[in-house]
Amino acid sequence: MLEKSVQYVLFRAKSWWLLFAFLICGAAFAEGPQATPSIFAPSSTPADEIYHLSLFVLTITGAIFVTVGGLLAFVVFRFRQRGEDDTTEPAQIYGSTQVELAWTVIPVLIVVVLFLTTARMIFAIQDAPKPKAALDVTVVGHQFWWEFNYPNLGIHAVNELHVPLSNQQSPTPTFLKLLSADVIHSFWVPQLAGKTDLLPNNVNELWVDPLHPGMYVGQCAQFCGVQHAKMLLRVYVDTPDQFAAWVKNQQQPAVADDSVAVGRHVFETQACMNCHTIKGTAATGRFGPDLTHLMSRDTLASGAMANTKENLREWIRHPDTFKEGALMPAMQLNDQQLDQITAYLATLR
Amino acid sequence: MADSTYPIPGAVEAPSRRWSQAAVLEWLNSWVTTVDHKKLGILYIVYAIFFLLVGGAEAIAIRIQLIQPNMHFLSPQVFNRIFTMHGTTMVFLFGMTYIFGFANYLIPLMIGARDMAFPRLNALSFWLTFFGGILLYYSFIGGGGLYGAGNAPDVMWWAYAPLTERAFSPGHAPDYWALSLIVTGFGTIGASINVISTAFCMRCKGMTLMRLPLLVWVMTVASGLALITITPLTAAQVMLLIDRYLGGHFFDTQAGGSAMIWAHFFWIFGHPEVYVLVLPAFAIANEVIPVFSRKAMFGYPAVVASSVAIAFVSLGVWAHHMFTIGMTSVGNAFFVLSTELVGIPTAIKIFNWLATMWGGKIRFATPMLFCTAFVIQFLLAGLTGIILSIAPWNWQLHNSYFVIAHFHYILVGAIAFCIFGGIYYWYPKVTGRMLSEKLGKWHFWLFVIGFHITFDVMHIPGILGMPRSIYTYEADRGWGTLNMIVSIGGIIQAIAVLIFAWNLISSYFKGKIAGNDPWDAWTLEWSTPSPPPVYNFATDPVVTSRRPLWDLKHPDDPDWHYE
Repeated sequence: MLEKSVQYVLFRAKSWWLLFAFLICGAAFAEGPQATPSIFAPSSTPADEIYHLSLFVLTITGAIFVTVGGLLAFVVFRFRQRGEDDTTEPAQIYGSTQVELAWTVIPVLIVVVLFLTTARMIFAIQDAPKPKAALDVTVVGHQFWWEFNYPNLGIHAVNELHVPLSNQQSPTPTFLKLLSADVIHSFWVPQLAGKTDLLPNNVNELWVDPLHPGMYVGQCAQFCGVQHAKMLLRVYVDTPDQFAAWVKNQQQPAVADDSVAVGRHVFETQACMNCHTIKGTAATGRFGPDLTHLMSRDTLASGAMANTKENLREWIRHPDTFKEGALMPAMQLNDQQLDQITAYLATLR
Repeated sequence: MADSTYPIPGAVEAPSRRWSQAAVLEWLNSWVTTVDHKKLGILYIVYAIFFLLVGGAEAIAIRIQLIQPNMHFLSPQVFNRIFTMHGTTMVFLFGMTYIFGFANYLIPLMIGARDMAFPRLNALSFWLTFFGGILLYYSFIGGGGLYGAGNAPDVMWWAYAPLTERAFSPGHAPDYWALSLIVTGFGTIGASINVISTAFCMRCKGMTLMRLPLLVWVMTVASGLALITITPLTAAQVMLLIDRYLGGHFFDTQAGGSAMIWAHFFWIFGHPEVYVLVLPAFAIANEVIPVFSRKAMFGYPAVVASSVAIAFVSLGVWAHHMFTIGMTSVGNAFFVLSTELVGIPTAIKIFNWLATMWGGKIRFATPMLFCTAFVIQFLLAGLTGIILSIAPWNWQLHNSYFVIAHFHYILVGAIAFCIFGGIYYWYPKVTGRMLSEKLGKWHFWLFVIGFHITFDVMHIPGILGMPRSIYTYEADRGWGTLNMIVSIGGIIQAIAVLIFAWNLISSYFKGKIAGNDPWDAWTLEWSTPSPPPVYNFATDPVVTSRRPLWDLKHPDDPDWHYE
C-alpha cells in the first residue's frame, strides 16, 4: 500500500516535470508568434542571437552544476558519520596550495571564455549598423500606454506597433528610438528583442528584424506606477502588403460621418479633447492616446480589454472597472451622452 | 536601635513579586537601557525574526494575489505597497539586522573580549535601527490614514526616480521610505564601526589577525562594506528629500534632472548590499561546516582572501543592474567582466567548503542540514548569477521572474538557510537550552521542499516572459499553473517558518539543557557557561591557534603545529 502511494507520488512528480519540460521545449521549438512570449521561441534576429548565446551559456553552467553538485552529493553520502559512538576525529587537513591553485585557475579560464563570447555579442547587437531600408519608429512610454510615431510616414499609432516582415536576403529591420514622457518604462517583446528602458531626457535605441509574421505580445518591464501591470504591448509583424495597407489607412484623417455629429460634439465639449487628438477635428490634446484610428486597434487601454463597443462604453463610463489607477478620469456623462460618444468613436477607423 | 527604613536582607523580595508591575517594568528597563553586547545581539535577532515574519506574511499576500490570473484579492495599489514593503522589510529590517545580531553576540565571545569596543554606540545603533523600522511601518497608519492599506510606499524597494518625485508620487509614501531608511542606515553605520573596531582592537592575547575565527573575519569585511555603501544610499535619499521638499532638481526629470543618476547611486549601494547580506551567511557556514564535519576549515587564508576579494570586486559591479538602461556597449562589456570576476572568489569558497567536508565524519544535526542545503543552493544561485551577467541574455531576463527566482536563491536559499543553521547552532549558547531536533528536522525538510517548489519553478515564468512587480496577468499567457505551484511552495515555507517560531518559544522553556559545549566545537564562546555571564570570561583567555578548544581537547596534537 505504502509502496503504491510512493509510486503514485513519484509518478505525479514526474508528470509535473514532464509538463515543465514540455512547456520549455514546446516554446523552444515553435516558430512564430505565441500567446506565451517565451524567450526560447525567438522570432527576430537579436532575440534569436540571444537565444543561441543562452544555449551556449546554459551548457557551461549546466556542466558546472553537474560537476560541483555531483561532488557535493558524493561528499554528503560518502563522508557522513556512521555509528553514533565513534568519537575519534578524522585526519585534519589544513589546505593544499596545488589544489587551491587549480580551483582558482579553472574558474578564471571559464570567465575568460564567457566574457569574450558575451562582449562579442554586445557589440554585434548594440553597435549594429543601420541599413538604408530600415524603418524608423519613435516609441514614447506614458503612464500607462505606448505611443508610436513613424517620422518618415507621418503616422501616430498607439499601443499596437505595426512593423514590416524582414527577410534574411534583404533585411528591413525596424529601429526604435525610445523615450519617456514621465517615469522610467521598459520596452519588452520577448520574442523579438531583449528589453530596453525608456527614460525621460534620454534617448535609447533598440532594433528588431522580425522573421515570422503575426502578433507578438509584450509589456512594460519597469515598475512605473499603479497600473504598471496593464501597460501591455502588441507588435504586429505585417507582410509587406499588409503593412502598406495599414500605412495607407493610418495616413487618412478621421472619418467625418454626419450621422454621429452629436457624439463628436460631446467629445469636443466634454474635455475629452483636452487629452486626445482626432486628426481633422478640433481635438488636439497630447496627454492621452491619439484616437484618430481607434477602431483599427484590437484592444483598448493598452491591451486591458478587447476593443468592442460595449467595452468602449464601459471604459468611458468608468475607467477603473478595467484599469484601476489609469489616468483617464470618469467624465460623469449621462447614458445618452455615453451612447452618443461611443457611436461617434466607433466610426473612427 | 531598630531602623525600619533599611530593608532587612532576604525579607523584602517575596517570590510572588516576580510578576508584579514593578518587576515587569524593571525587566523591560533592563532591556531598554542595556549596553551589554549579548543582550543587544538578542534584541537584534528578535527584531530580525519579527520582521522576517512580517515580510513573510507580505510575501504570502503577494503569492495569493498571483495564484491565478485576474485575481482580486488585493487592489493594484495595495499590491504595489505590499511588494514594496516586502522588499524593503526583508533587505533593510531583516537582512541588515540579523548581521549585527550575530556579530554583536558572537564577536566579543569569539575573540575573548568582555564587550564591543563602544557599548553605548552599540545600544544607540540598535535603537536607531529599531525606530527606523517603526517609522517605516507607521506609514501604514500615518500619512494617508488607516483607510485601505494606509500610505505605505509603493515605489519598489529601489524607489527609482522620477517615480518617487512629487509629480508622480504625491503624498508622503516615498518620504517614509527615505526617512526610515536614513535612520536605520545611521544605525548600520554605528554598528559597522563597532564591529570593525572590536575585531581590530579587542582581541585577547595570542589572537593574531590570522587566528581570528572566520566568522569574525567575514563579519568585519561585511561591516566594512556596509560602511562604504550605506553612505551613497543615504546621500541619494537626502537628495530625494531635497527634491521633494526644497525644490531641488537632482532627479526631477521634468526640470532637467536625471533618472539615470538615481539608478547609479542606488545600485552603488544596492549591489554591494547583496554581499553585505550574504557574507555574514558565509560567516555562519564557515563556523558550522567544519565543526559538523569534524575537520579544520580547508584553506583558511584563501577563505579570508576570497571574502576580501568579493567585497572589493563587488564595489565595481553595480551597473549590471542597469544593462537595459542604455549604457554604451563598452560600458556594458566592462560590467559583464567585473560581474563575472565575482564568480572566481565565490567558486573558491564553494570548493573550500567541499574540501572541508571531504574526508570528514559529517554529523547531520539540524545546523549542518541547513548549511549543506545552503552550499548547493548557493551554487545554483551563483550559476543563475552568471547567466544574468551575460548582458544580452540579461536584456531578456532583467526584471522578469527569472531575476526574482535568482535573488531569492541568494536571499532565501543562501542567507535564510544559514541564519536558520546559525540559530540552531548558537541557540544553546544564548539560552542554555537546545532547540528541539525533531521540530528542527520538520522545519528543515518542509522549508527545503517549499523553497525548491517555489523558487526552482519561479525561473520558468521569467523565461516565458512574465515581468516582475505586476499585480495580475492575462489568462492566456500560460503563466497560471506555474504561479499556482509557486504560491503553494510559498505556503509550505510559511508553515515551516511557523514551526521554527514555535520551536524558538517552546524550547526556551522546555528544551534539553545544553551545557557549555553541546556540539563539541572549537571556538572560544563554547568555553563559557551557557548562557555566558555578563563579563563573558572569568579570566582573560590566551589562545595559541585558530581553534583554541581543539588545543585543549587534543593536547597531544595541537593546531598550532600546522599554522
